[in-house]
Amino acid sequence: MNAIGASVPPISPRRPVSASIATFCALIGSGFRRYATYRQATVAGTFTNIVFGFLRCYVLLAVAAGAAGNAPGGYDARQLATFVWVGQGLLNVVGLWGWVDLADRIRTGDIVADLVRPISPVTAYLAADLGRAAHAMLTRVGPPLLVGALFFPLATPTRWQTVPLFAVSVVLAVIGAFACRYLVNATAYWLDDARGPLVFWTLGSGVLAGLYFPLRLLPDWLAVTLWVATPLPGLLQTPLDVLIERDGPALQAGLVGLQAVWAVVMLALAHWVQRRAERRLVVQGG
Amino acid sequence: MIEMRELRKNFSVRVKAGRLRRQKREVAAVDGVSLSIARGEMVGYIGPNGAGKSTTLKMLTGVLTPTSGEVSVCGLRPVPQRTRLALRIGVVFGQRSQLWWDLPLRESFRLLRHVYRVPATEHAARLRRCEELLDLRAFLDTPVRQLSLGQRMRGELTAALLHGPEVLFLDEPTIGLDVVSKQAVRSFLGELGRTGDVTLVLTTHDLADIERLCHRLVVIDHGHVVHDGTIEQLHTRYGSRRRVVADLDVPLPPGFTLPGATLTSTEADGHRVTFTLESIAAGAAVAALVTAAQVRDLSVVEPEIEDVVARLYTDVSGAP
Repeated sequence: MNAIGASVPPISPRRPVSASIATFCALIGSGFRRYATYRQATVAGTFTNIVFGFLRCYVLLAVAAGAAGNAPGGYDARQLATFVWVGQGLLNVVGLWGWVDLADRIRTGDIVADLVRPISPVTAYLAADLGRAAHAMLTRVGPPLLVGALFFPLATPTRWQTVPLFAVSVVLAVIGAFACRYLVNATAYWLDDARGPLVFWTLGSGVLAGLYFPLRLLPDWLAVTLWVATPLPGLLQTPLDVLIERDGPALQAGLVGLQAVWAVVMLALAHWVQRRAERRLVVQGG
Repeated sequence: MIEMRELRKNFSVRVKAGRLRRQKREVAAVDGVSLSIARGEMVGYIGPNGAGKSTTLKMLTGVLTPTSGEVSVCGLRPVPQRTRLALRIGVVFGQRSQLWWDLPLRESFRLLRHVYRVPATEHAARLRRCEELLDLRAFLDTPVRQLSLGQRMRGELTAALLHGPEVLFLDEPTIGLDVVSKQAVRSFLGELGRTGDVTLVLTTHDLADIERLCHRLVVIDHGHVVHDGTIEQLHTRYGSRRRVVADLDVPLPPGFTLPGATLTSTEADGHRVTFTLESIAAGAAVAALVTAAQVRDLSVVEPEIEDVVARLYTDVSGAP
């Protein structure tokens, strides 16, 4: 029995960095494996993405055909097709919608189990979300891209820095989207039920992140305002613009920089909100 | 190990005060609880539903911020030092899960090793021991969502112990379990308590848990501590008496008395009588009965803790 009850490991107030990284990586792995469990859902989701990919692609190509110079918002037809088909895969990597775990746990009181662990819930959920995103990157991006390439001419990157910049941009988009979703879910701490904010988020994020149409189709003043004043274009539009090389190298890198600033701001905000919430927390259900 | 002084937690509730109006009202869930629990103690923390048990536990684990009062666990202040405290305590909430729902049990344990930074060898040794005592092997590779309640609870207990906590908080760990699972959990906790290394605070509605495991019993109602002492002290305080139940061939003659005992019930046309012992030892009462009547069968019944606690709850709740 001693083996269970005895010796407590020495505890230092500061965790060694290597131990923290190991914990973070283990939690990333847990997120990956959690989603790897549901294979049928992955297949069904991918199929839906492909169907909607055709719809979006034909609509945008029709818009392009009717636009002056056949380049609405500065995109040619190849770029638009790539925007749609990579976007259909990236939508799941970023995980714009559908995450209600935190709101549910707050509503039912199960959040208490997260709070008795020696790790901040924001950090733990972020790690799990990165695992989820990694799983989506491996399983959900390839099929729509392949189908898109079979039926439409797609644009390929011409600059050496585009692919690494795209990779960084995707990671930042995942972090930014996670922080936004965390904040929307965290309204449940105050409202008990976050369904209202979640519906608002679902409607707003699709439009303002560039899922339904590229934000460059909007008037310049509005597009610039969205980019600078909100994190939303950084969730989908920026990585896609980076990949299809919509802008010159300087602006391409600048947009990723802006995305990084927003990711840090939103993550810090999520931490702050979590701390505020803990101070006034009421655990539901006894 | 655990100190609470005048610990208080108020919740504000909105009550209807008209067709549209709602009035905000403060309700004290925990109302000035002071307790001191030493290292290695096993304390049963009981009370009726809504008495403030779980709220106290949540304040002790740093999940809820007390409205006022002082609290310290393992020398740490739970709320500001929650993350550090989490490394030194284990918590099982009977109605909640701390395991990863979609992953196999083994995977949850592996993740907890990383979360709590437990050296691999220590983790393996503790897990082996829990596997043996709680008989986990058959379902270690089953996803948590497919486990039965009893299996999951054994998993939860293991999860709470793998980092070698100094204090274990158990909030209704046997709720909803079948008899066999309850016994497995109880004997496991009993063995854990015997080592004296772990301080154990247990809330439950199943008083058999308390009788088997806890020497000290704290009863809380309406946020107040109404009893703090041993189970025997509770019996003494509430005048619990042993009873002698006798089956007789011939009913007792009318007017029969047993000095130091009261006849509390007569059944089966006088063929079964129950005497409650006031100031007479069980042995003397049995001897006197056997001499005075034709006794076919006889038993001495210990006072039921359930009866005592029910009386305690009723008394306190009924008090003005």
